[in-house]
Amino acid sequence: MPQLTRRQRHDQKIQRRSLVISGLSLVLVVFALYVLIPLAPGWQAVKTSFFNWDILVRTFPKLLSAFVVDLKIFLWSAPLIFVLSLSIALARNTNRPSLFPLRLFGALYTDLFRGVPVILLVYLIGFGIPGLGLARPYNSPYIWGTVALVLGYSAYVAEVFRAGIDSVHSSQIAASRSLGLSEGETLRYVVLPQAIRRQVPALMNFVIALLKDVALLSFIGPIEVLRQANVYKSLMANFTPYVGAAIIFLCVTIPITRYADYLMAKQRRQRIA
Amino acid sequence: MTAKLELKSVTKSFAQQKVVDDVSLTVATGEMVCLIGASGSGKSTLLRCVNLLEAIDDGEILLDGFDIAEPSLPPDPIRRRIGLVFQSFNLFPHLDVLSNITLAPCRVLGLEKSIARDQALDLLERFSLADKAYSYPDHLSGGQQQRVAIVRALAMEPELLLLDEITSALDPELIGEVLDVVRKLKAQQMTMLLATHEMSFAREIADTVCYLDRGRVVETGAPEQIFNDPVKQRTREFLARVSG
Ligand SMILES: Nc1ncnc2c1ncn2[C@@H]1O[C@H](COP(=O)(O)OP(=O)(O)O)[C@@H](O)[C@H]1O
Ligand SMILES: [Mg+2]
Repeated sequence: MPQLTRRQRHDQKIQRRSLVISGLSLVLVVFALYVLIPLAPGWQAVKTSFFNWDILVRTFPKLLSAFVVDLKIFLWSAPLIFVLSLSIALARNTNRPSLFPLRLFGALYTDLFRGVPVILLVYLIGFGIPGLGLARPYNSPYIWGTVALVLGYSAYVAEVFRAGIDSVHSSQIAASRSLGLSEGETLRYVVLPQAIRRQVPALMNFVIALLKDVALLSFIGPIEVLRQANVYKSLMANFTPYVGAAIIFLCVTIPITRYADYLMAKQRRQRIA
Repeated sequence: MTAKLELKSVTKSFAQQKVVDDVSLTVATGEMVCLIGASGSGKSTLLRCVNLLEAIDDGEILLDGFDIAEPSLPPDPIRRRIGLVFQSFNLFPHLDVLSNITLAPCRVLGLEKSIARDQALDLLERFSLADKAYSYPDHLSGGQQQRVAIVRALAMEPELLLLDEITSALDPELIGEVLDVVRKLKAQQMTMLLATHEMSFAREIADTVCYLDRGRVVETGAPEQIFNDPVKQRTREFLARVSG
């Protein structure tokens, strides 16, 4: 065994001690939860109405297939949000006098849609526009619910893109222009690739939020996972389907969250290096 | 010799401050002109004006006798004829070396990708950078980055190359490799206008040295004359300061 330095021996001792302490406290907490929670007066009731294994097994497949609806809505919203928010960010960044109206529109748009809760947009657009009496495919809550999500999210994501564009140093633009690239080419080949790359971690957080907020559409009609769980809850007078829905969401969001954190940490390391 | 670049009474102000003040200067085809002067004397601004990155307030900038400072002219076709290399390299960090070099030839000159790549690889070979073609700028030393930046400018086959204190951001042991590139370009008769802090280099390589002070040309002449026998008192004081 190699001879350890004084410092290494000291560090090792501290490390061992903190391992023991954290291990003990974890055991203690788990034990306390295991013993104490069942002692609560309502535990039996909660257990049967939230953690009913039979109901979970019976409802889970249907919940899972309802979750496919969430995924679909998510998959068409996300690219639309990407395009719309990028357009708004670019509109807000123009400084040509002729494009001033566009810039004003961009500013108004972000102020308006960032200032209203997404759930309210879902109600207003999801109920309001089909209420105009549109013909059949165009009164679908799928369409207008998606529109509400896209409008609301684009306002936030546009700000993320704008911050990314601002973060690209002006010397990069000078280098590109000095090579003869036009303003548009500079934006496309030099500024945007750097801006978007830099904002990937922030964008990932919006991906996670959007994935969860698709469930807001359950209030206006689409039979997605939360609405399906609602149906089961009423049918079986039991809340376990909600727990099932939560499990499904977590299975998707936790890996994405971990990945976003990983990207964030990686970027921080690169910035330091 | 014909004049590649001729500045006539060029003036540029930032918020009341005249940063370039009535500058007249000629760079002949194949000539190397060095701008010297204290930091803040307007060297970078002058180069940026020549490349139309800054619009001048007054005066003329003649490229092959043609006034490129005319405000109604579109600047992009002119910029592609003039290369500019910056003190801080300004390579594109999201692109590898090869793509840094081929971006403008492909997008601006409309060169086919394979042709642009072959050209870029040739250039990299000539400046001993062939093994870095697929590296990203972050993974190169400062000296290598600056050499790539020069190659990137050369890939556009500029008629005039502007070099702005290209060694100021480098560790002393990396300056030599970059200066060697400039020596090579000089041997190939590249027309160059170079701002520098390296007095010994200016003395060695310049055909003409131009001393700027607070935006004004104080004295212009052959390097032997400027460094050994300056006419103006201010030039003498500046040289004493920087060599002191
Ligand atoms: N974009 C700008 N806006 C305002 N002042 C500037 C700008 N660029 C340069 N200056 C000023 O112009 C003067 C000359 O700067 P510069 O051309 O960089 O000199 P040098 O390259 O000789 O050090 C400095 O006082 C600097 O502060
Ligand atoms: Mg400078």
